[in-house]
Amino acid sequence: MERRLANWGNYPAISCDESTFSQEDQVQDFISAHSSVIARGNGRCYGDASLAKHSVSTLKYDKVLAFDTTNGVFECQSGITLDQILDIIVPKGWFLPVTPGTKFITIGGAVASDVHGKNHHVDGSFSRHIIEMDVITGNKETITCSAEKEPDLFWATCGGMGLTGIITRVKFGLKKIGTAYIRQKQIKAKNLEDLIRLFEEYSAYTYSMAWIDCLQKGDAFGRGILIVGEHATPEELNEQQRKAPLELGQKRKLSMPFNLPSFTLNTLTVKAFNWLYYLKNTKREINNVIPYEPFFYPLDAILHWNRGYGKAGFVQYQFVLPLEKKEGLVAILKRISDAGLGSFLAVLKVFGKQNDLISFPMEGYTLALDFPVRKGLFEFLDQLDEIVLQYGGRLYLTKDARMKQEVFWQSYPNAQKFADIIKTYNGDKLFRSVQSDRLLLTQ
Amino acid sequence: MPTVLILGAGSDMAVAIARQFAGNKYDIQLAARNVSALSALEQDLRIRYQVQASSYAFDATDFNSHGAFYNSLTAKPDITIAVFGYLGSQEKGQTDWQEASRILHTNYTGAVSVLNIVAEDYASRGTGTIVGISSVAGERGRQSNYLYGSAKAGFTAYLSGLRNRLFHKGVHVLSVQPGFVYTRMTENLKLPPLLTAQPQDVATDIYKAVKAKKNVIYTKWFWRYIMLIIKSIPEFIFKKLKL
Repeated sequence: MERRLANWGNYPAISCDESTFSQEDQVQDFISAHSSVIARGNGRCYGDASLAKHSVSTLKYDKVLAFDTTNGVFECQSGITLDQILDIIVPKGWFLPVTPGTKFITIGGAVASDVHGKNHHVDGSFSRHIIEMDVITGNKETITCSAEKEPDLFWATCGGMGLTGIITRVKFGLKKIGTAYIRQKQIKAKNLEDLIRLFEEYSAYTYSMAWIDCLQKGDAFGRGILIVGEHATPEELNEQQRKAPLELGQKRKLSMPFNLPSFTLNTLTVKAFNWLYYLKNTKREINNVIPYEPFFYPLDAILHWNRGYGKAGFVQYQFVLPLEKKEGLVAILKRISDAGLGSFLAVLKVFGKQNDLISFPMEGYTLALDFPVRKGLFEFLDQLDEIVLQYGGRLYLTKDARMKQEVFWQSYPNAQKFADIIKTYNGDKLFRSVQSDRLLLTQ
Repeated sequence: MPTVLILGAGSDMAVAIARQFAGNKYDIQLAARNVSALSALEQDLRIRYQVQASSYAFDATDFNSHGAFYNSLTAKPDITIAVFGYLGSQEKGQTDWQEASRILHTNYTGAVSVLNIVAEDYASRGTGTIVGISSVAGERGRQSNYLYGSAKAGFTAYLSGLRNRLFHKGVHVLSVQPGFVYTRMTENLKLPPLLTAQPQDVATDIYKAVKAKKNVIYTKWFWRYIMLIIKSIPEFIFKKLKL
């Protein structure tokens, strides 16, 4: 059935017919009947990576196939979301090896985006923890691959935005935890220099990220809050928490019931928000033990928060710059603050070493910012792209909705190799999206 | 732990119902024509909810096999839910008897055949719950799906009579009248979002109705009133409508 479909940024929206499947032969039938298709999970990538004229939703292909509670190995179909997995594994003392800032993504999406989390500098991205997976490729064959078996297919599928085929089954390793709580530390940084110094000082923590106020100028330029954490041990819990250290109570969720009018977001409101966010931490350092949910998924508490950006939608701009190119970060933040295009939650994180075929992370600084779609935004982002290119960085395909193809080809060093592998497994361009066409990967 | 038998366990609605009951600590028996397709769901129920789950081959239109099927169950279920159904193509069925008979036999005759057997067992034991998933399509024949609708009408009447008889034996019968539901069966239909339920909504309603020993439920609830209106349209007007 035709309908308007958009991903999390509500931009772009296209007319699309989406089909579902709950058995493998059903998806085989579907792809046999179409000349082009892209797999789509929970629609939490921000842009157009999982949009196409014909998409196939994995959401009903969501069965848990095996869970080894002794060794922490989980095996499932690709359409199950991380929140469902957490509900199963946390009570047994296990956690996701890597999680992004929302738990409402599917495992298939986690692989196709090769997601990273606050622990990237310690544990790498999600692909590091995959034991093996199944992919239905262009000749409609199901191929099992891993870093050792069919490595070309494996590495082109991790972060490959679904262009090698439909991921159907994933087996991956989990992380052992003693409690469902996080021992968290928040430290205020008065400017960017201070913040980067704090990142270095606290790099031994498993989890770290920082929020930046990108509208500040002068001495307070780049001020922010560094948030670091570790899984809490039972001894670190209070008496109430210790009664059931692996259980979290049910919380009621707030929801944004409709799109806010676009004028609600302007320099003034963003400034006010950022001011309050910074000042709410009255002390320089705060230490506490909190449930894992608000630590990893603060925005998941407000369902449909994306509607806050209005009907026109927003784009999230996430780039990474090499570690030695700190000045690039300054240049980009300056450009944003000069343009007065502040973002509510600008998130900074330091990536550890990684150099995969097409995955986004590489050692360096990554910054993610939201911008509501409005006149002049895309020209402005093109200018930011130039700075990113100039400093040897790149953009995250999962967030991307607008990058020009030449920016992609210049910034991803293995782009050609990736395109060649796609040709091997998807020679007839059966799997293609609005994004892959825009980036000339399937044109 | 009590056990639920789900007849027609391959559908989206069946998955939601199985998970709803498993989440409330019921053991689950899954039955469908293609038993190998059930193994993933079986594992899923065990791991997610730590209940027992098993699978059986069951073909609604193979009437002669129903007795042996029911006898092969390792434990007799406390609740039996008939979820299976076949929408088919009205247009094709008008000229193609194979399609028409498949619609009638899956939705009506097959349901009667297997539930007769379950009913006898429950009646003799004086306990049990039978849930039949019929359809609001059975409340008034419309040109767009009267083959399916008439079969469901028969099934609705069967359930009503069965409830009447088994009430005196201590057996509970629940009729479920779903309106539009987003499933693979309806994937190619244009459904009005405000009137259309998710399989999970139907599963939750069924679970609550079983617990509350309800007789007839509509899901979503407002379908009761929509159908009241549709049923009250005089036939001389109704026959002119394009429904």
